[in-house]
Amino acid sequence: MDKTRRRLDRWSYWTVILLLAALGLLMLALPSLIVVATSLTSGYSLRFPPPGLSLRWYRSLLFDSPDITAAFVTSLKLAAAATAIATVLGVAAAIGLGRRGAPWARLLEALFLSPLTIPSLALGLGILVLFNLFSAGLSFASLLTGHVALCAPYIVFTTSASYAQLDPTWLDASRSLGASPFFTFRRVVLPNILPGILSGAFIAFMNSFDNVALSLFLSDGRSEVLPIRLWHIIEDSLDVRAAAASGVLIAITVLSMLLMERVAGTSRFLR
Amino acid sequence: MSRTTTWLTAPLCLYFVGFVGIPLLLIFFISLHDTPAMTGIGIKGYIRFFSDAYNRGVLLDTLLLGVETTVIDILLGFPVAYLYVAAPRWRRFLMFMVLLPLLTSTVVRTFAWVVILGNHGLINTLLAQAGLIGTPLRLLYTPGAVAVAMAQIELPLMILPLITAIGGIDAHIIEASHVLGAGRWRTLRRIVLPLCVPGLLTGTLLVFTGAVSALVTQTLVGGGQLAFMPFYIYQQAIQAQDYPFAACVAIVLLMTILLIVSILNALGRRSAGYVHG
Repeated sequence: MDKTRRRLDRWSYWTVILLLAALGLLMLALPSLIVVATSLTSGYSLRFPPPGLSLRWYRSLLFDSPDITAAFVTSLKLAAAATAIATVLGVAAAIGLGRRGAPWARLLEALFLSPLTIPSLALGLGILVLFNLFSAGLSFASLLTGHVALCAPYIVFTTSASYAQLDPTWLDASRSLGASPFFTFRRVVLPNILPGILSGAFIAFMNSFDNVALSLFLSDGRSEVLPIRLWHIIEDSLDVRAAAASGVLIAITVLSMLLMERVAGTSRFLR
Repeated sequence: MSRTTTWLTAPLCLYFVGFVGIPLLLIFFISLHDTPAMTGIGIKGYIRFFSDAYNRGVLLDTLLLGVETTVIDILLGFPVAYLYVAAPRWRRFLMFMVLLPLLTSTVVRTFAWVVILGNHGLINTLLAQAGLIGTPLRLLYTPGAVAVAMAQIELPLMILPLITAIGGIDAHIIEASHVLGAGRWRTLRRIVLPLCVPGLLTGTLLVFTGAVSALVTQTLVGGGQLAFMPFYIYQQAIQAQDYPFAACVAIVLLMTILLIVSILNALGRRSAGYVHG
């Protein structure tokens, strides 16, 4: 290839890659920025750009939106409880699966990861039918039942990943020095897999907090979760309070993400 | 931590059998009833689903949405992942840009698209100020809008596996290709893309399954006029109280997803030979 063709090749290649990457990055960032900008409006409707800036909708969200605050608290409780239960079950399962590549272990792992591909709407409908079968009414417990299944895959996945990196000779060393299995777990295994557990718990929490499909089938009238409340607001009235609530959620996400990256290096487990 | 730890899988296993396995079997069992009152065993529900052009349309539109979303995400996700691998100094920033939307609530991100595409939204305002349009364009509640919003929602799930795939390519192979006289484009087509196939398949699997079952984005950006499978399930179960038919729709969606996942997995096993063989 002569020099000009070579230059043209390189130039066109990088132009296309950079343009598309810029468009991709714009797509990733734009929505959150737009929501935050809109939430700072001084007007009454969702216009972009906003006519003026003010924090009025955040004040309104904080002081006179009992429906949104109640839903926020319900979602927090639900996500925390579901994550806690799923963490205990998931970490135990991940250690039980261990490094084994046996067919039964692979089958079990596929079972534990299945909620990632099953539409949660179908799962929600199924659990609803199960509760109806036993004439158990819907309550916080039915919500929790579904959300634990939703959270578990993330914890199994990240905990398995960090457990696989643990050097098995350490476990042999601990055992041969006379440590009990529980002592080995507490002093050798746990400190090493803790970043994996924390990362999985974090991702599980965020997913539970965000889930609409399961909650739609499994919540009773009294326990409405935040994403469903916001969904209804956006569908019915396009209230600016929804933008303010979104602004709060984005801020919480950014802060918790930076914190988890520091504490547990979460991004490693997402690749 | 020896063989004796196997029992530790039992609690989660029991939980999954009880609250994932049995519920799904129950849906299948219910779908085999002919009337909303659960009388008559048969496959009338499935016949009803596939004999009606409206229902087939809902299924096809849902699958089409999955395909469109995947195509947009490959086109935009590949360059971002490529940039991540090619520019080490930008990695922290790029990873933040990819992970933030992934962890941000879907309702919030969908809401953003309602604001961007609405009558007084970003795009209509920009076009009106540029003097290109007099009255706002109807952007929201169109199939195109749903595909674009869905592509944004699912984009991180395409980028992450692609980063792993591109990052795993031996730089010497690329160098060899250049030394032997192949240009950038030819190297991309003949070396980089084939080696990325496993990552592309993983990304496709995640994006497609996410897009076809994303209730919130489909309903908020699509509005009442466009029907997709997830809302159809909800509508039949809760609004029409027709559990057997809702179960049929759910099983059809589930089976379609499982079929596509197994095709992608089979392709993945073949393409792994490509990379390591």
